[in-house]
Amino acid sequence: MRIVCRCNDVTVEEVEKLIDEGVTDLEELRRLLRIGMGPCQGRTCIPLVISILARKTGRRVEDIELPNARFPTRPVRVEAFVEEGEK
Amino acid sequence: MIGIIGGGIIGVATAYELAKLGEDVIVFEKRYFGSGSTFRCASGIRAQFTDEANIKLMKYSIEKWKKLSEELEYNVMFQQTGYLFLATSEEEVEAFKRNIKLQNKFGVPTRLISPEEAKEIVPPLNENAFLAGAWNPEDGKASPFHALYGYKKAGERLGVKFYPYTKVIGIEKDEKWIIKTTRGEFRVDIIINATNAWGREINAMINLDVIPIRPFKHQLVKTEPIKKGQIEPLVCPPAWNDSYVIQDGEDGGVICGTALEYESNPDDVTPTYDFVKEVLKWAVKIIPALRHVHVVRQWAGHYAKTPDNNPAIGELTEDFYVAIGFSGHGFMMAPAVAQALAERIVKGRTKVPLDWEWFDPWRFERGELRTSAFQIG
Repeated sequence: MRIVCRCNDVTVEEVEKLIDEGVTDLEELRRLLRIGMGPCQGRTCIPLVISILARKTGRRVEDIELPNARFPTRPVRVEAFVEEGEK
Repeated sequence: MIGIIGGGIIGVATAYELAKLGEDVIVFEKRYFGSGSTFRCASGIRAQFTDEANIKLMKYSIEKWKKLSEELEYNVMFQQTGYLFLATSEEEVEAFKRNIKLQNKFGVPTRLISPEEAKEIVPPLNENAFLAGAWNPEDGKASPFHALYGYKKAGERLGVKFYPYTKVIGIEKDEKWIIKTTRGEFRVDIIINATNAWGREINAMINLDVIPIRPFKHQLVKTEPIKKGQIEPLVCPPAWNDSYVIQDGEDGGVICGTALEYESNPDDVTPTYDFVKEVLKWAVKIIPALRHVHVVRQWAGHYAKTPDNNPAIGELTEDFYVAIGFSGHGFMMAPAVAQALAERIVKGRTKVPLDWEWFDPWRFERGELRTSAFQIG
């Protein structure tokens, strides 16, 4: 078992299975497997999944659009956003 | 042949229901399926509305949700984890009682509970801030991603053709409808406009821009996963700016929403910083311990609001139907609306308790508004 997403324990086999079923859009793969949705925001898994997708579909890596990065780029404690006195 | 414009949950579920009745269906989506409102929704499903039409429709929809994984042969992750509304004043407690009475009349088992009972349901709740709760254990949540994919796969098995990245650029009519797209022209007998926040653009193509939908940017913030079961229901004190928290049924992160909205172009999904501060201010008042967990991401989608927050569902002109303007309720209503629309188109009648007059797309032109559908977030 080879892990591509360390936040959500997604394996290479799971990614390949969905691509074989016809899911070849990175946005759909991302949502069905929750890759890039964990605390690391896809730093590890997105490039790996793009390379798997390119290999299996014959597309060029540079032609596969990266998903949007979401705010905040690194996890931030809720209390950092809450004003003092609002406890 | 029926052409559906819009590949969100309403369009995709309706395509599946039509195919089940033997129709040939094609679905056009300008980006990827689910890219509009569906994949940005907070996952909640409830029958706790404040008017008969929405309560009956949602009671039926929840019955459909319960059997959906089995029917689609795909796990849509529906769970009946409930909705818990919380009152902060005596006036609100009285309003809750009136709503509960109406919901009970139509078979929805909502009941008034004490703050202590609420605390048992949501252990980290700041129960001292509230006087009572309205609790329906049959409300719940499902995965927007998996629900849409489940419907799409089931539709494909029945022969539905789904076209992603296919924008509709014009509609004409001779003896059939001609849908002009970036992938060429398609001739169909019937069109369904299921584009929600983009609904006016499509209606304008046939010069019937009569449904005054205004898209409002609605945002969400999500935390890292916490132990499951702590905040399972959707928890909302309406008086606190319609703020709510709900634990994601799939990964356990907490989704936080509040009614800070901006009228904007539905293609603009850029989140705003003021929202993060506003939503978390309320979230930690509801669940104080949330201040110690991490925010992992924020995103935005759009509510497609009509003047009365009720959708427009029905035949706009001969062989041209709409199911748009869901005002934040499209995901939860999809199973019932899709079945009702498909049965009405194919059989001329439906057993779904959908009040066609209430949701009549022409009501705005006549200056008739319905009681505003209860909205949160």
